[in-house]
Amino acid sequence: MFDQPLKPFEPIKLIEPIKMAKATVKKKPAAKSNTIKLKFDTSWTYAPAPESKSAATINKQYDLFINGVWQKPISKKYFDTINPANEEKLSEVADANAADADKAVKAARSAYDKVWKKMPAKERAKYIFRIARMVQEKARELAIIETLDGGKPIRESRDFDVPTAANHFFYYAGWADKLEYAFPNRRTEPLGVAGQIIPWNFPLLMAAWKIAPALATGNTVVLKPAETTPLTALKLAEIIQEADLPPGVVNILTGAGSTGAAIVNHPGVNKIAFTGSTEVGKIIQRAIAGTNKKVTLELGGKAANIIFEDAPVDQAVEGVINGIFFNQGHVCCAGSRLYVQESVAKEVIRKLKDRLESLIVGDPLDKNTDIGAINSKAQLETIKKYISIGKKEGAEMYESSCLLPGKGFFCRPTLFTNVAQSNRIAQEEIFGPVLSVLTFRTDDEVIEKANNSPYGLSAGVWTDKGSKIFNMTKRMRAGVVWANTFNKFDPASPFGGYKESGFGREGGLHGLSAYVNIV
Amino acid sequence: MEKTKASDRLEVLKTYKIYIGGQFPRTESGRYYIPTNAAGKKLANVCLSSRKDFRDAVVSARGAFGGWSSRAAFNRSQILYRMAEMLEGRKAQFVDELVQQDASKIKAEKEVNLAIDRLIYYAGWCDKFQQLFSAVNPVASSHFNFSVPEPTGVVAIIAPQGDSLLGLVSVIAPVIAGGNTCVVLASETKPLCAVTFAEVLNSSDLPGGVVNILTGRPAELASWFVDHMDVNATLYCENNSDTQKMIREKSATNLKRVSFYDKINWYGEEGQSPYFIMDTQEIKTTWHPVENIAGAGGGY
Repeated sequence: MFDQPLKPFEPIKLIEPIKMAKATVKKKPAAKSNTIKLKFDTSWTYAPAPESKSAATINKQYDLFINGVWQKPISKKYFDTINPANEEKLSEVADANAADADKAVKAARSAYDKVWKKMPAKERAKYIFRIARMVQEKARELAIIETLDGGKPIRESRDFDVPTAANHFFYYAGWADKLEYAFPNRRTEPLGVAGQIIPWNFPLLMAAWKIAPALATGNTVVLKPAETTPLTALKLAEIIQEADLPPGVVNILTGAGSTGAAIVNHPGVNKIAFTGSTEVGKIIQRAIAGTNKKVTLELGGKAANIIFEDAPVDQAVEGVINGIFFNQGHVCCAGSRLYVQESVAKEVIRKLKDRLESLIVGDPLDKNTDIGAINSKAQLETIKKYISIGKKEGAEMYESSCLLPGKGFFCRPTLFTNVAQSNRIAQEEIFGPVLSVLTFRTDDEVIEKANNSPYGLSAGVWTDKGSKIFNMTKRMRAGVVWANTFNKFDPASPFGGYKESGFGREGGLHGLSAYVNIV
Repeated sequence: MEKTKASDRLEVLKTYKIYIGGQFPRTESGRYYIPTNAAGKKLANVCLSSRKDFRDAVVSARGAFGGWSSRAAFNRSQILYRMAEMLEGRKAQFVDELVQQDASKIKAEKEVNLAIDRLIYYAGWCDKFQQLFSAVNPVASSHFNFSVPEPTGVVAIIAPQGDSLLGLVSVIAPVIAGGNTCVVLASETKPLCAVTFAEVLNSSDLPGGVVNILTGRPAELASWFVDHMDVNATLYCENNSDTQKMIREKSATNLKRVSFYDKINWYGEEGQSPYFIMDTQEIKTTWHPVENIAGAGGGY
């Protein structure tokens, strides 16, 4: 564990007067500024604190989970899934084709007609509770696999992804036999077979977001995890098997876009739930035209995060950092557009840069790591493309001076200042650790700028004034608004977007309506 | 357009115009069409609205959205009630028009009465549906978290072709009760009541631009209704599967919310409910931290 001798504790030197821009003017003391700068170049460093891989079991190969059993793919094809932190192969998973999708949908239909729809709701609930408990029991293993397969810091998979996934099953389990209370003066009916396609940024959590409400409302499921992060969904399939869920109620198909398309286009599917890019969301919307399929879409975002001059600046800076660098910025609701009121812009930007410098980038399995690996080579290239676009557009780039590991896909936390509203880095979703900083003077101006986006998933506001908070949160056109906080999630809290960020809600009471007909 | 006897007073005929931004312009295209009733009688020279008219109407609707959506719900309720009052006062005119458009007198009276009652019904919902469909969410962390409905924005509506007054009122009322603004294409074959209803709106304190009413052909205009990038939702009330497919496809351009009301009996109980309001609402969830001082206890 301790391959380096422990250093004796020495107090960290925290305070150093701010150096004024022109050091040559000697007689003007810097003391007028009573802000302090954190000093990081001490001899105190973090010892490595890696989580052990031994607590997790990953098979060499995974088949498709159809009708409660593992089945070889009709396609006979498999593809590799790698650890993005070192590019090593973790396992290989089946590549489901249209025939496999057909088999899964038929299994789901049969389970719906013969078992799940007829089962008393309270029994249905107990199955979902059981899954929740088993996710908790295997939390450590799931967290390790999530980090290995996706590159996110173990601290996040351990403290956020996995527990929140378990909680989501718990939350919706309880709804199963209480649906008559959810829709005033109406009854609900399940839709039938739900086809669910989820992204790679929160693989297990997104599976929980999709499966839990679908099962609670009496639907059966065909779920496709993203091709770069299939492993925790397959682990979840093992849990579902262990929980004795009736065969076919949940089917899990691995594959890429063509597998997703096979599910979307299958005539036996009654509902499509998709989380991913706006581009694919639109393709799905077009694909289901002329059918009776229902759809909910949770798509991209370009959240505005607004700091007013009266905000508690240190808290705001912390929130902005969490808002954009959480999960390497692979978050659809990431606070990727920062609007700072001009009067505090200088201070905020300086503090952001300081904080950027302190972020630990590296091995996702290390418990001290703040920023892990970028999920895939393709995504890293997208991020790099946007960074070069930002530079070309004339924005000023600042990146952390941290060293990056020699192998794997890594990106330094980056911010751009001098960004114009029309710049592509202020308009388009980058989905990486890149923050665009813009400034404003008045409330009306910032509202205009914040809402000037085709997206409307989330937004943030930082101010000490209560009435201003409510003014801003009301006027921002976004489905989730965080005031004096950012990137908070809870099973009881509905999540979903306005405008081109999609429609329908996941989580909470409002998440139920995505999976029922109200009659 | 009946010919009158020489001894009679000459009737003043009404020009049926469209309604955009609180004004009654003619279509910019200068075009018209002549709907007829079952007996072949010409109803009027009605504006054959163009794509440009629709675009103008969307500009008006967008302009009116900020003001209308931020009005107090109570105030919106008052205005919907005022609309009902105005409609009641002009009942005879609507009955006349419905009769001209082939309804029996009894059926026409029933339709107008129901239309008035429907406005009253939604006037009442303006400041209540939010309470029904909101939630304070018991999140596990130390945050206050609540979800409320908010209007989606500009709604493009292709009104029912059959029940030209009741259908029209039944689709407009929930949309504006919820704080949205809208552009409505009236029944193609029975457009008279829609234009007269615009006059009711105009005298009901409803701000200009909240409801814009066009007359014309769904076959020509429907695709523009779903193509427009500044429209947030589309309601379509006919059972034409080709048009429904087209609407779903084109709505993907900016992910409009789409609802089809093709199986609704507007005369029945199913013709009204707060769930119609919710079809053009978004759910917004707001988070704020709650200070958590160790040792402070529950505060009791």
